[in-house]
Parts: sequence; structure tokens; C-alpha cells
Amino acid sequence: MAACSIEDVLAKAEQDEAEKLKSITVQKELDLEFDIGNLVAYDKNRIDIRQFREQKKEDFLRSLARDNTQLLVNEIWKHPTERVEEVIVVKLPEPTTPLPREKPPPKPRPPTKWEEFAKLKGIQKKKKTNLVWDDVAKNELHRLRNIARAQKIKVPGVGLTPTAQQSKTDLARAVNVAKSSTASAGKFQDRLPKEKAPRNTGKKRKFQPVIGNFSNEKQRQLDLLKVMDSKKPRLDVNKAVNKQMREDDREESAAKFKKGGKKGRKGGNFSGKGKGGGGKGKGKGRAGGKGQGPPSGKKGAGKPGKH
Amino acid sequence: MKQYGGVIKPKTKRAKRFLDNRAPKLTENIKNAMIMKGGNTSMTVTQALKDIYALKKPSAVLYKNTPCRLCKNSQSSVFCLCLQEFFSKKTDSSLFLFGSHNKKRPNNLIFGRLFDFHVLDMIELGIEKYISLSDIKSSKCPEGTKPMLVFAGEAFDHENDHKRLKSLLTDFFRGPVVPSVRLAGLEHVLHFTALEGKIYMRSYRSLLKKSGCRTPRIELEEIGPSFDFILRRTHLASDDLYKTAHRQPKALKPKKKKNISHDTFGTKFGRLHMQKQDLAKLQTRKMKGLRKRRGPAAAAAAVVEGETSPKTTEVE
Repeated sequence: MAACSIEDVLAKAEQDEAEKLKSITVQKELDLEFDIGNLVAYDKNRIDIRQFREQKKEDFLRSLARDNTQLLVNEIWKHPTERVEEVIVVKLPEPTTPLPREKPPPKPRPPTKWEEFAKLKGIQKKKKTNLVWDDVAKNELHRLRNIARAQKIKVPGVGLTPTAQQSKTDLARAVNVAKSSTASAGKFQDRLPKEKAPRNTGKKRKFQPVIGNFSNEKQRQLDLLKVMDSKKPRLDVNKAVNKQMREDDREESAAKFKKGGKKGRKGGNFSGKGKGGGGKGKGKGRAGGKGQGPPSGKKGAGKPGKH
Repeated sequence: MKQYGGVIKPKTKRAKRFLDNRAPKLTENIKNAMIMKGGNTSMTVTQALKDIYALKKPSAVLYKNTPCRLCKNSQSSVFCLCLQEFFSKKTDSSLFLFGSHNKKRPNNLIFGRLFDFHVLDMIELGIEKYISLSDIKSSKCPEGTKPMLVFAGEAFDHENDHKRLKSLLTDFFRGPVVPSVRLAGLEHVLHFTALEGKIYMRSYRSLLKKSGCRTPRIELEEIGPSFDFILRRTHLASDDLYKTAHRQPKALKPKKKKNISHDTFGTKFGRLHMQKQDLAKLQTRKMKGLRKRRGPAAAAAAVVEGETSPKTTEVE
């Protein structure tokens, strides 16, 4: 009993399947060849000429076309599909029919001037490694620096100790440092014929950040205003003293020269000059207050020397 | 720096891009077609050319009456090859369709293709019966849909001329080569039947109907132009020119994966290449009893477990 029913069930299932597939199955003598990449189907079956003549041409062709298209679509639907932006799309394979190209395949382009030069010199392309600052190593570096400072060992600057791979900038810096470490700070060092003067060697200016310490900024602004307000001229004592000393030296040498050269004629002028210089100096000294001592002292010392 | 075929050196980036698009490439652009009329054309031919232009839009250009100015051929009804070569360079086309009409060859269409701007193949087809797009009243497929092509008939397989014609028609009508296609967009079908020396071309719109299973049932509705062609003269390329045209650059060949092989049952096998192993120094499971003892017992205690070949190992 059970066996019968199982057989029945299976048979029924098969029938159902056949029914389902009836609408899409097509009977053909020879299977068609497909090129799905190009969406082409080749039907090699013999066409019945008699049937063609009996039926109306169009109907015959249409039914033939329908059958072939059905087979082609069946084949296309066997391929994998995917969903792209709410649309179901079937992934096509590569086209298999060999079709001639439009243009001949591209020729390898001739090497550029640089490529030829590089080949000649044996230069290879070097990829710059992404060097990242190592935090652990930084601690080590600072520790060593502190030790050096504590023990008062002199440590040369960055890049001056030769390492394995020295870049162009490192070498240039080392050369500059070596050049300027002479008695006259590198002013009289010879240069190679085509060597250019080093750039970026001026003093590096440091600026305060735009928005930083508010109290600092306020203090600075107030100080500036105070200076602008005061009636007293700002006098840098050191500068004034040095200037005065230079003036005196110049005077003396000029006087010596003039006295030696023209004896009587420029005598009067000389005294006038001396008086003017003296007056100026005295005035300056009095304004400074503190500065009275040195100029007069100097003058005193100078005069006995002359005579 | 690329060499640009002599005359024009690009001065702007846009011009450079334009010339690079037209230069020989590894994967090529879709082939453009030039559709032109001869001097004397009948209404049939004109309409036919317009219809094929509609099928092939946007990768086609339709020209009007063009007399050949290069060679002193005043009769523009005569098909002039230098015209093809000149215009193909202008519009970067490698397919052409020339229509003409005279008493000896009425309603003549010449399908042709070029390789490197020189003629490769030309096939002449005469129109015996023609129903145009406008005559058939039905809703048409949108422009630019990739059509499905079907070639029916033994002739397409047995006869040389027909084989070339098949290749030419595929080239002409296939549209852009795409990696995937929208399933609902498979609307257009072009069906070519070769029978008794004639070629019937029909164009249908396919309707995907529900069937019991995933694959739909196809119903066809005729839309497009329908042609009854008869094969006339042919001018096919020589075998070696044909072979040269098919030569693909090496870069397009798929790379082979080495050291992978398949069994008859479908199991995938791989090969591993190992260095030579010193069997004496092999570390196997530590068994205290088997440890090397100083003295005569040492030789007896040394046991090598497992068999491994020194060089390669088959891994499943």
C-alpha cells in the first residue's frame, strides 16, 4: 500500500516538474551552440523547406525564432546573477567567438630620455620607505642626550656623525657646518667653482602662537603701551657707552692725523671740534646720570696721553 | 612620451585624452559604423539605411550623398574604397554600410569592416523584400539595448561565405561588450535564417512571461525592419590578413595558476615545495624512553617516525 502511494507520489512529482518545464522546453535535433558573452546562439539544425513553403513564411520564421530565443534565454539564466542597486543582473562570461580587432595591438612605447639614461647608468627606482618616528627610540635619544649634558660631553648635531645611508640634505648640512666652523666663521673659505651659496642659513625667527597664553599676551600689550606713553626716552646704557667710546676713538685718530698733516691752519677748527665733541659728550653723560663717570674718566686718561 | 601619428601633436590634456581614446588599445572600444548612400539610391535603400542606423545608434554615423573627392571619380554611385578609408579615419569607424541602386544590382547594400583603416571584408547583399520600422506598428525597444543574435540554418556552418557573413553580422550588431546584463533588459532579438541562398533577417521584441520556474517563457513580437537578403558578391580578406587581424596582445591572455591540479573526481590538489630536511635532526614527539643515551644504547634508541619525502609533499 505504502509502496504504491510512494510510487504515485514520485510519478506525480515528476509530472508536475514536466508540466512546469513544459513551457520552456524546446525539442531540437541538434543542440545549439551559444556564445553568451556576445548573447549569440547558433542553430545548426536543418530547416524543413517543405514546412517553410507550406506555412506562411512569417509564421514559420517567428516560431523558429521563438524556439531559438527560448533556448538562448534558458542558457543565459543558467549563469550566476547578482543584485546591483535594486536590479537583478546576470554576470556574463567572456565572449568566445573570435572577432577581428579594430586596430593592431599597441606597440610598446619607446623609452623616454630619462629611462634610457637610467638604464645606461644602472640607476634603479628606489622606493622611499615610509619612515615613522619611533616613540620608544625617542625616549632613548632623550635619555642619551641628558646623560651627555650631565657629564658635559660634547655631542655633535644631527647628521654630522657619518651613518650608512646619508641623504643629500644630510651631507650638505655637514659640509656647511664644517665650513663655518673656522676662526672667521667661514667667511674666507674657498668655494668650489660651481658651488652655490647655502640658502636658509639665516636666523630662524620664532613667533608666538596666534591664540596661546592670554595673560602673556595681555602683559605684553600693556608693557608696549607703557613704553609708548612714557616721556622719557628709552636709553640702552651699553649701546650709548659703546657709541660714545667709538666716537672718541674716531676723534682722536682724526685729530692725530690732522695735526700731523696741517699744522697751523686747521688748529682753530680742531679746537672747535674738540669743544663740540666735549660738549656733546658732557651733555650725554649728564642725561644718563650714571654715565657721567666713564666719559669724563676717559677724557682725563686721554688728555695726559696726548701731551 | 607617446608618439602621436605624425601630424597632430596634442597641446591640451583634453586633446591628448581624445587621441589616446582613438589610439590602438589593449581592450578596444565598440566599433563605430559609417552608413552612407551612393549617388543613385531608391526609396527602399534610403529607408533601409535609416532603419539600420536606428538599430545601430549611437555608435553609427549616417552620411548623405558623398562624391569621392580624392580620386577623380565623378560618379559617386560607384563604390569607392578611398572614401571608406578617409572617412573611417575621420570618425574612427571600422564598420561601414554602403547603399546603392542601379539596374544591374537593384537595392544593393554592402556591409564591410576595416582593420587598421584598410578594408578587411566586404559582402554585398541585395534587398528583395523589405518592411521598414515605420510600417510595422508596435512599440519599439529603446535605443542602445544590446540585442540577442540568433543564426539559424546549416549554411552558416558549412559555407565559407556564410561563415564570414555570420562573423560580420555579429560584429556589426552585437553592441558594446559588457560584463553583466540586466535580466529584464533582454528585449531585442535579431534572427538571421539562411535558406536556399537567401538570408532572412527579422527583428523581434521578446516578452518575458511567467513560467512555472525561474526561467521565463519567451513570446516574440515583431517590431523592427524585416529584410529578405540575397547574397551577391563578396570580397573577403586573405587568410593571413584575417589571422593578423585576430592576433590578441599577450597581456590579454589569462594568467595560469601554477601548482594546482584537479583529480578526475574533482578534488583540487596543490603542490608545496619544501627545503631539504635533515632527517637526523627531525623533532618528533618527545618520548623519554627514546631519548638518545650516551653509549651503545644510543644507536638502538634512534627511531625515525613518519615518512616524508625530502623535496615535495602532496597536500590535499
